[in-house]
Amino acid sequence: MDLTPTPSQTVGPYLHLGLTDARSISRIAGDGVKGERVWLTFHVVDGDRVPVADAMVELWQAGSEGNYAHQDSSADGAAFRGFGRLATSEDGSCTFETIRPGCVPGPSETLQAPHFSVSILGRGLLNRLSTRVYFAGEPANAADPVLTLVPENRRATLLAQLDPARTSHWIFDVRLRGDGETVFFDV
Amino acid sequence: MSSSLISAKGKHPGESVVGFRRHEPGTQPEYFYPAYRATRLRAPSQPLILLPHTLSEVTGPVFGHSDIRPNDQDLTVQHAGEPLGERIIVRGRVVDGDGHAVSNSLIEIWQANAAGRYAHAKDDHPAALDPNFTGTGRTLTDKDGFYTFVTIKPGAYPWRNHDNAWRPAHIHFSLFGPAFVTRLITQMYFPGDPLFTYDPILQSIPDERARQRLVSKFDLETTKPEWALGYRFDIVLRGRESTPFQG
Repeated sequence: MDLTPTPSQTVGPYLHLGLTDARSISRIAGDGVKGERVWLTFHVVDGDRVPVADAMVELWQAGSEGNYAHQDSSADGAAFRGFGRLATSEDGSCTFETIRPGCVPGPSETLQAPHFSVSILGRGLLNRLSTRVYFAGEPANAADPVLTLVPENRRATLLAQLDPARTSHWIFDVRLRGDGETVFFDV
Repeated sequence: MSSSLISAKGKHPGESVVGFRRHEPGTQPEYFYPAYRATRLRAPSQPLILLPHTLSEVTGPVFGHSDIRPNDQDLTVQHAGEPLGERIIVRGRVVDGDGHAVSNSLIEIWQANAAGRYAHAKDDHPAALDPNFTGTGRTLTDKDGFYTFVTIKPGAYPWRNHDNAWRPAHIHFSLFGPAFVTRLITQMYFPGDPLFTYDPILQSIPDERARQRLVSKFDLETTKPEWALGYRFDIVLRGRESTPFQG
Protein backbone atom coordinates (compact mmCIF):
# COMPACT_ATOMS: atom_id res chain seq x y z
CA MET A 1 0.00 0.00 0.00
CA ASP A 2 1.19 3.50 -0.88
CA LEU A 3 1.65 5.35 2.41
CA THR A 4 1.86 8.85 1.00
CA PRO A 5 -0.67 10.90 2.96
CA THR A 6 -4.06 11.33 1.30
CA PRO A 7 -4.40 14.71 -0.44
CA SER A 8 -6.58 17.47 0.97
CA GLN A 9 -9.60 18.92 -0.85
CA THR A 10 -11.78 21.92 -0.10
CA VAL A 11 -14.66 21.61 2.38
CA GLY A 12 -16.79 23.35 -0.26
CA PRO A 13 -19.79 25.62 0.30
CA TYR A 14 -21.96 23.04 2.07
CA LEU A 15 -19.63 22.21 4.96
CA HIS A 16 -22.40 23.14 7.40
CA LEU A 17 -24.27 19.94 6.60
CA GLY A 18 -21.48 17.75 7.89
CA LEU A 19 -19.55 19.91 10.30
CA THR A 20 -21.47 22.73 11.91
CA ASP A 21 -25.29 22.52 11.60
CA ALA A 22 -25.56 20.11 14.50
CA ARG A 23 -21.89 19.96 15.39
CA SER A 24 -20.71 23.45 16.17
CA ILE A 25 -18.79 23.99 19.37
CA SER A 26 -18.88 27.66 20.29
CA ARG A 27 -18.38 27.23 24.02
CA ILE A 28 -14.99 25.63 24.51
CA ALA A 29 -14.99 25.92 28.29
CA GLY A 30 -18.14 24.84 30.12
CA ASP A 31 -19.32 26.03 33.51
CA GLY A 32 -16.82 25.60 36.29
CA VAL A 33 -13.75 25.36 34.07
CA LYS A 34 -10.91 27.17 35.78
CA GLY A 35 -9.40 30.22 34.14
CA GLU A 36 -10.01 33.74 32.91
CA ARG A 37 -13.14 33.67 30.77
CA VAL A 38 -12.72 35.32 27.35
CA TRP A 39 -14.70 35.70 24.15
CA LEU A 40 -12.84 35.56 20.85
CA THR A 41 -14.41 36.86 17.65
CA PHE A 42 -12.98 36.07 14.22
CA HIS A 43 -13.64 38.27 11.18
CA VAL A 44 -12.66 36.55 7.94
CA VAL A 45 -12.27 38.60 4.74
CA ASP A 46 -10.97 37.73 1.27
CA GLY A 47 -8.52 39.50 -1.03
CA ASP A 48 -11.13 42.16 -1.86
CA ARG A 49 -11.90 42.73 1.84
CA VAL A 50 -15.27 41.08 1.34
CA PRO A 51 -16.48 39.06 4.35
CA VAL A 52 -16.21 35.30 3.83
CA ALA A 53 -19.65 34.02 4.77
CA ASP A 54 -18.99 30.33 4.13
CA ALA A 55 -15.78 29.62 6.05
CA MET A 56 -15.26 27.51 9.15
CA VAL A 57 -12.90 28.30 12.02
CA GLU A 58 -11.48 25.61 14.31
CA LEU A 59 -9.58 26.28 17.54
CA TRP A 60 -7.27 24.08 19.54
CA GLN A 61 -6.00 25.34 22.86
CA ALA A 62 -4.46 24.47 26.20
CA GLY A 63 -6.19 24.96 29.52
CA SER A 64 -5.37 27.77 31.92
CA GLU A 65 -2.37 25.89 33.27
CA GLY A 66 -0.90 25.14 29.86
CA ASN A 67 -2.04 21.53 29.61
CA TYR A 68 -3.69 20.05 26.56
CA ALA A 69 -6.67 17.69 26.99
CA HIS A 70 -4.92 15.30 24.60
CA GLN A 71 -5.35 11.52 24.57
CA ASP A 72 -6.86 11.70 27.97
CA SER A 73 -9.91 9.47 28.15
CA SER A 74 -11.53 11.84 30.62
CA ALA A 75 -11.64 14.38 27.77
CA ASP A 76 -14.51 12.42 26.17
CA GLY A 77 -17.56 14.47 27.04
CA ALA A 78 -15.65 16.65 29.49
CA ALA A 79 -16.34 20.31 30.24
CA PHE A 80 -13.05 21.32 28.63
CA ARG A 81 -11.78 19.53 25.55
CA GLY A 82 -9.80 22.45 24.20
CA PHE A 83 -11.54 22.31 20.84
CA GLY A 84 -14.09 24.53 19.17
CA ARG A 85 -15.45 25.07 15.72
CA LEU A 86 -17.89 27.45 14.11
CA ALA A 87 -19.05 28.47 10.67
CA THR A 88 -18.75 32.15 9.84
CA SER A 89 -22.01 34.06 9.45
CA GLU A 90 -23.00 36.44 6.64
CA ASP A 91 -20.67 39.13 7.99
CA GLY A 92 -17.71 36.70 8.00
CA SER A 93 -17.58 36.45 11.78
CA CYS A 94 -17.98 33.90 14.54
CA THR A 95 -17.44 34.11 18.31
CA PHE A 96 -16.09 31.50 20.75
CA GLU A 97 -16.47 31.52 24.51
CA THR A 98 -13.51 30.02 26.27
CA ILE A 99 -10.76 30.59 28.82
CA ARG A 100 -7.42 32.23 28.26
CA PRO A 101 -4.89 29.44 27.67
CA GLY A 102 -1.80 29.17 29.83
CA CYS A 103 1.81 29.05 28.66
CA VAL A 104 2.81 25.83 26.87
CA PRO A 105 6.37 24.44 26.72
CA GLY A 106 8.25 25.32 23.55
CA PRO A 107 11.55 24.15 22.07
CA SER A 108 14.81 24.41 23.98
CA GLU A 109 13.36 25.13 27.40
CA THR A 110 11.39 28.11 26.19
CA LEU A 111 7.80 28.82 27.12
CA GLN A 112 5.27 29.71 24.47
CA ALA A 113 3.05 32.69 25.09
CA PRO A 114 -0.69 31.98 25.48
CA HIS A 115 -2.04 31.15 22.03
CA PHE A 116 -4.71 29.31 20.08
CA SER A 117 -3.89 27.00 17.16
CA VAL A 118 -6.34 27.83 14.41
CA SER A 119 -7.53 26.22 11.18
CA ILE A 120 -9.46 28.19 8.57
CA LEU A 121 -11.39 26.09 6.08
CA GLY A 122 -13.73 27.09 3.29
CA ARG A 123 -14.70 27.10 -0.33
CA GLY A 124 -11.65 28.15 -2.33
CA LEU A 125 -9.27 26.76 0.29
CA LEU A 126 -7.95 23.52 -1.20
CA ASN A 127 -5.88 23.00 1.93
CA ARG A 128 -6.86 24.26 5.35
CA LEU A 129 -4.99 27.37 6.45
CA SER A 130 -3.23 27.23 9.81
CA THR A 131 -2.48 30.22 11.94
CA ARG A 132 -2.11 31.17 15.60
CA VAL A 133 -3.87 33.75 17.72
CA TYR A 134 -1.94 35.54 20.47
CA PHE A 135 -3.16 38.26 22.84
CA ALA A 136 -2.03 41.84 22.16
CA GLY A 137 -0.23 43.31 25.15
CA GLU A 138 0.81 39.95 26.59
CA PRO A 139 4.38 40.34 27.94
CA ALA A 140 5.28 36.71 27.10
CA ASN A 141 4.81 37.43 23.38
CA ALA A 142 8.27 39.04 23.19
CA ALA A 143 10.02 35.72 23.83
CA ASP A 144 7.58 33.41 22.10
CA PRO A 145 9.59 30.97 19.94
CA VAL A 146 7.00 30.94 17.13
CA LEU A 147 6.20 34.66 16.98
CA THR A 148 9.90 35.39 16.71
CA LEU A 149 10.05 33.24 13.53
CA VAL A 150 7.67 35.69 11.88
CA PRO A 151 9.06 38.81 10.18
CA GLU A 152 8.54 41.68 12.60
CA ASN A 153 6.36 43.68 10.21
CA ARG A 154 3.84 40.84 9.97
CA ARG A 155 3.63 39.77 13.64
CA ALA A 156 0.73 42.07 14.40
CA THR A 157 -1.47 39.95 12.12
CA LEU A 158 -1.30 37.22 14.78
CA LEU A 159 -2.51 39.40 17.66
CA ALA A 160 -6.09 39.50 18.86
CA GLN A 161 -7.07 42.99 20.01
CA LEU A 162 -9.18 43.74 23.04
CA ASP A 163 -12.60 45.04 22.02
CA PRO A 164 -12.81 48.51 23.62
CA ALA A 165 -16.59 48.23 23.81
CA ARG A 166 -16.90 44.89 25.59
CA THR A 167 -15.11 43.52 28.63
CA SER A 168 -13.05 40.36 28.02
CA HIS A 169 -13.92 40.29 24.31
CA TRP A 170 -11.08 39.92 21.83
CA ILE A 171 -11.19 40.40 18.07
CA PHE A 172 -9.00 38.63 15.53
CA ASP A 173 -9.04 39.66 11.88
CA VAL A 174 -8.25 37.01 9.29
CA ARG A 175 -7.22 38.48 5.94
CA LEU A 176 -6.84 35.57 3.57
CA ARG A 177 -5.00 37.46 0.84
CA GLY A 178 -3.46 40.82 -0.04
CA ASP A 179 -2.56 43.86 2.08
CA GLY A 180 -2.20 42.98 5.73
CA GLU A 181 -2.51 39.30 4.87
CA THR A 182 -2.60 37.12 7.99
CA VAL A 183 0.47 34.99 8.58
CA PHE A 184 -0.28 31.35 7.78
CA PHE A 185 1.98 28.52 8.83
CA ASP A 186 3.21 25.42 7.10
CA VAL A 187 2.45 22.99 9.90
CA MET B 1 0.75 6.31 20.53
CA SER B 2 4.23 7.06 21.79
CA SER B 3 4.75 7.42 25.49
CA SER B 4 6.05 10.95 25.09
CA LEU B 5 2.60 12.00 23.94
CA ILE B 6 0.70 10.12 26.58
CA SER B 7 2.74 11.99 29.14
CA ALA B 8 2.13 15.29 27.40
CA LYS B 9 0.21 16.60 30.38
CA GLY B 10 3.21 16.28 32.60
CA LYS B 11 5.65 17.76 30.13
CA HIS B 12 8.25 20.18 31.28
CA PRO B 13 10.20 22.62 29.12
CA GLY B 14 13.01 21.00 27.17
CA GLU B 15 11.41 17.59 26.89
CA SER B 16 11.58 16.44 23.30
CA VAL B 17 8.52 16.44 21.06
CA VAL B 18 8.07 13.92 18.25
CA GLY B 19 7.02 15.90 15.19
CA PHE B 20 5.19 14.75 12.07
CA ARG B 21 6.72 14.32 8.63
CA ARG B 22 6.18 16.99 5.97
CA HIS B 23 4.40 16.33 2.69
CA GLU B 24 6.30 15.36 -0.46
CA PRO B 25 6.15 18.08 -3.13
CA GLY B 26 3.22 17.69 -5.53
CA THR B 27 1.20 15.33 -3.36
CA GLN B 28 -1.14 18.00 -1.94
CA PRO B 29 -3.17 20.64 -3.82
CA GLU B 30 -1.78 24.02 -4.75
CA TYR B 31 -3.19 26.84 -2.63
CA PHE B 32 -3.51 29.24 -5.56
CA TYR B 33 -5.02 27.39 -8.50
CA PRO B 34 -6.69 29.92 -10.82
CA ALA B 35 -8.72 27.29 -12.70
CA TYR B 36 -10.60 26.90 -9.41
CA ARG B 37 -11.89 30.45 -9.39
CA ALA B 38 -12.51 30.85 -5.65
CA THR B 39 -8.79 30.42 -4.91
CA ARG B 40 -8.01 33.71 -6.67
CA LEU B 41 -9.32 35.80 -3.78
CA ARG B 42 -8.88 33.33 -0.96
CA ALA B 43 -5.48 31.66 -1.32
CA PRO B 44 -2.65 33.42 0.55
CA SER B 45 -0.22 35.37 -1.63
CA GLN B 46 2.65 35.21 0.88
CA PRO B 47 4.68 32.04 1.38
CA LEU B 48 3.68 30.00 4.43
CA ILE B 49 6.06 30.16 7.38
CA LEU B 50 7.50 26.81 8.36
CA LEU B 51 6.41 26.01 11.91
CA PRO B 52 8.58 23.54 13.84
CA HIS B 53 6.27 21.20 15.74
CA THR B 54 5.75 22.00 19.40
CA LEU B 55 3.36 20.50 21.92
CA SER B 56 0.61 22.64 20.36
CA GLU B 57 1.01 20.90 16.98
CA VAL B 58 1.50 17.29 18.12
CA THR B 59 -1.57 17.23 20.35
CA GLY B 60 -5.18 17.38 19.16
CA PRO B 61 -8.79 17.07 20.23
CA VAL B 62 -10.13 13.76 21.46
CA PHE B 63 -13.54 12.47 20.40
CA GLY B 64 -15.33 9.42 21.69
CA HIS B 65 -18.53 7.45 21.74
CA SER B 66 -20.40 10.34 23.35
CA ASP B 67 -20.02 12.15 20.02
CA ILE B 68 -21.79 9.48 17.96
CA ARG B 69 -25.54 8.87 17.76
CA PRO B 70 -27.06 5.48 16.86
CA ASN B 71 -27.81 6.01 13.13
CA ASP B 72 -24.87 8.25 12.36
CA GLN B 73 -23.04 5.69 10.25
CA ASP B 74 -26.03 4.60 8.19
CA LEU B 75 -27.31 7.54 6.13
CA THR B 76 -30.17 5.46 4.73
CA VAL B 77 -32.02 4.99 8.04
CA GLN B 78 -32.08 8.54 9.39
CA HIS B 79 -35.64 9.26 8.22
CA ALA B 80 -39.03 7.56 8.08
CA GLY B 81 -38.50 6.07 4.62
CA GLU B 82 -35.69 4.80 2.40
CA PRO B 83 -33.86 7.43 0.38
CA LEU B 84 -33.95 7.17 -3.41
CA GLY B 85 -30.86 6.08 -5.31
CA GLU B 86 -28.27 3.37 -5.37
CA ARG B 87 -27.51 2.07 -1.86
CA ILE B 88 -23.76 1.65 -1.29
CA ILE B 89 -21.37 0.65 1.46
CA VAL B 90 -18.19 2.69 1.85
CA ARG B 91 -15.54 0.99 3.89
CA GLY B 92 -11.88 1.62 4.44
CA ARG B 93 -8.96 1.74 6.79
CA VAL B 94 -7.28 4.79 8.24
CA VAL B 95 -3.55 4.43 8.81
CA ASP B 96 -0.65 6.78 9.40
CA GLY B 97 2.36 7.20 7.13
CA ASP B 98 3.99 4.12 8.66
CA GLY B 99 0.96 1.92 8.08
CA HIS B 100 -0.12 1.89 11.72
CA ALA B 101 -3.87 1.88 12.37
CA VAL B 102 -5.43 5.18 13.44
CA SER B 103 -7.97 3.83 15.91
CA ASN B 104 -10.94 5.43 17.71
CA SER B 105 -10.67 8.47 15.48
CA LEU B 106 -13.59 10.62 14.38
CA ILE B 107 -14.67 10.57 10.71
CA GLU B 108 -17.41 12.88 9.47
CA ILE B 109 -18.95 12.79 5.99
CA TRP B 110 -21.47 14.84 4.02
CA GLN B 111 -22.72 14.57 0.48
CA ALA B 112 -25.38 15.35 -2.14
CA ASN B 113 -28.32 13.03 -2.69
CA ALA B 114 -28.73 10.71 -5.68
CA ALA B 115 -30.00 13.59 -7.81
CA GLY B 116 -26.94 15.73 -7.08
CA ARG B 117 -28.64 18.06 -4.61
CA TYR B 118 -27.45 18.93 -1.11
CA ALA B 119 -29.98 19.33 1.70
CA HIS B 120 -28.55 22.81 2.20
CA ALA B 121 -30.39 26.13 2.00
CA LYS B 122 -27.79 27.59 -0.37
CA ASP B 123 -27.87 24.77 -2.93
CA ASP B 124 -30.16 26.05 -5.69
CA HIS B 125 -29.47 23.32 -8.26
CA PRO B 126 -32.92 22.51 -9.69
CA ALA B 127 -32.82 18.80 -8.84
CA ALA B 128 -35.13 16.99 -6.47
CA LEU B 129 -34.59 17.06 -2.73
CA ASP B 130 -35.17 13.74 -1.01
CA PRO B 131 -37.13 14.02 2.26
CA ASN B 132 -35.53 10.76 3.34
CA PHE B 133 -31.95 11.85 2.89
CA THR B 134 -29.90 14.47 4.74
CA GLY B 135 -26.49 13.26 3.64
CA THR B 136 -24.63 13.56 6.94
CA GLY B 137 -22.69 10.78 8.69
CA ARG B 138 -20.32 10.27 11.54
CA THR B 139 -18.37 7.38 13.01
CA LEU B 140 -15.26 6.36 14.93
CA THR B 141 -12.62 4.07 13.45
CA ASP B 142 -12.34 0.73 15.23
CA LYS B 143 -9.22 -0.54 16.97
CA ASP B 144 -7.71 -1.61 13.63
CA GLY B 145 -8.51 1.70 11.94
CA PHE B 146 -11.51 0.46 9.93
CA TYR B 147 -14.70 2.42 9.34
CA THR B 148 -17.94 1.67 7.47
CA PHE B 149 -20.71 3.93 6.18
CA VAL B 150 -23.94 2.88 4.47
CA THR B 151 -25.24 5.57 2.17
CA ILE B 152 -26.57 6.45 -1.30
CA LYS B 153 -24.34 7.04 -4.29
CA PRO B 154 -24.32 10.82 -4.73
CA GLY B 155 -25.08 12.39 -8.09
CA ALA B 156 -22.84 14.74 -10.06
CA TYR B 157 -23.96 18.37 -9.97
CA PRO B 158 -23.31 21.64 -11.81
CA TRP B 159 -21.47 24.58 -10.31
CA ARG B 160 -20.64 28.02 -11.60
CA ASN B 161 -16.87 27.87 -11.65
CA HIS B 162 -16.69 28.00 -15.46
CA ASP B 163 -18.96 27.39 -18.43
CA ASN B 164 -20.72 24.00 -18.20
CA ALA B 165 -18.86 23.05 -15.02
CA TRP B 166 -19.84 19.83 -13.23
CA ARG B 167 -18.43 18.28 -10.09
CA PRO B 168 -17.72 14.56 -10.30
CA ALA B 169 -19.79 12.60 -7.76
CA HIS B 170 -18.05 12.74 -4.39
CA ILE B 171 -18.41 12.31 -0.64
CA HIS B 172 -16.75 14.86 1.67
CA PHE B 173 -14.59 13.32 4.43
CA SER B 174 -13.32 15.04 7.58
CA LEU B 175 -10.73 13.38 9.85
CA PHE B 176 -8.80 14.51 12.90
CA GLY B 177 -6.19 11.84 13.60
CA PRO B 178 -4.07 12.17 16.73
CA ALA B 179 -2.76 15.74 16.38
CA PHE B 180 -3.49 19.29 15.23
CA VAL B 181 -1.25 18.67 12.22
CA THR B 182 -3.00 15.45 11.15
CA ARG B 183 -6.33 17.19 10.51
CA LEU B 184 -7.52 16.25 7.01
CA ILE B 185 -10.52 17.30 4.98
CA THR B 186 -10.85 15.65 1.62
CA GLN B 187 -13.27 14.21 -0.95
CA MET B 188 -13.76 10.62 -2.08
CA TYR B 189 -14.57 10.02 -5.75
CA PHE B 190 -15.95 7.01 -7.62
CA PRO B 191 -13.94 4.93 -10.11
CA GLY B 192 -14.09 5.77 -13.81
CA ASP B 193 -15.89 9.10 -13.53
CA PRO B 194 -15.58 10.92 -16.90
CA LEU B 195 -15.65 14.30 -15.11
CA PHE B 196 -12.24 13.90 -13.43
CA THR B 197 -10.26 15.60 -16.20
CA TYR B 198 -12.58 18.62 -16.19
CA ASP B 199 -12.61 19.14 -12.43
CA PRO B 200 -10.19 21.82 -11.19
CA ILE B 201 -10.66 20.79 -7.57
CA LEU B 202 -9.27 17.31 -8.22
CA GLN B 203 -6.76 18.59 -10.80
CA SER B 204 -5.32 21.06 -8.27
CA ILE B 205 -3.22 18.14 -6.97
CA PRO B 206 -0.16 18.16 -9.26
CA ASP B 207 0.84 14.52 -8.88
CA GLU B 208 -1.32 12.09 -10.90
CA ARG B 209 -0.68 9.23 -8.48
CA ALA B 210 -1.70 11.41 -5.56
CA ARG B 211 -4.94 12.32 -7.38
CA GLN B 212 -5.73 8.65 -7.85
CA ARG B 213 -5.61 8.15 -4.08
CA LEU B 214 -8.90 10.05 -3.83
CA VAL B 215 -10.66 7.59 -6.13
CA SER B 216 -12.35 4.75 -4.26
CA LYS B 217 -12.27 1.23 -5.66
CA PHE B 218 -15.18 -1.06 -6.30
CA ASP B 219 -14.81 -3.88 -3.77
CA LEU B 220 -16.60 -7.19 -4.12
CA GLU B 221 -15.63 -8.14 -0.58
CA THR B 222 -17.46 -5.13 0.83
CA THR B 223 -20.40 -5.66 -1.53
CA LYS B 224 -23.38 -7.39 0.13
CA PRO B 225 -25.33 -9.83 -2.05
CA GLU B 226 -28.78 -8.63 -3.08
CA TRP B 227 -28.38 -5.47 -1.03
CA ALA B 228 -25.60 -2.94 -1.84
CA LEU B 229 -22.41 -2.39 -3.83
CA GLY B 230 -19.25 -1.82 -1.82
CA TYR B 231 -16.52 0.75 -2.33
CA ARG B 232 -13.19 0.75 -0.59
CA PHE B 233 -11.57 4.04 0.42
CA ASP B 234 -8.39 3.87 2.51
CA ILE B 235 -7.01 7.04 4.03
CA VAL B 236 -3.43 7.81 5.05
CA LEU B 237 -2.72 10.49 7.64
CA ARG B 238 0.73 11.93 8.26
CA GLY B 239 3.28 9.77 10.06
CA ARG B 240 5.67 10.75 12.79
CA GLU B 241 9.30 11.67 12.48
CA SER B 242 11.38 8.64 13.35
CA THR B 243 13.53 10.41 15.90
CA PRO B 244 12.49 13.05 18.38
CA PHE B 245 14.31 16.32 17.93
CA GLN B 246 15.32 18.14 21.06
CA GLY B 247 12.27 20.36 21.14
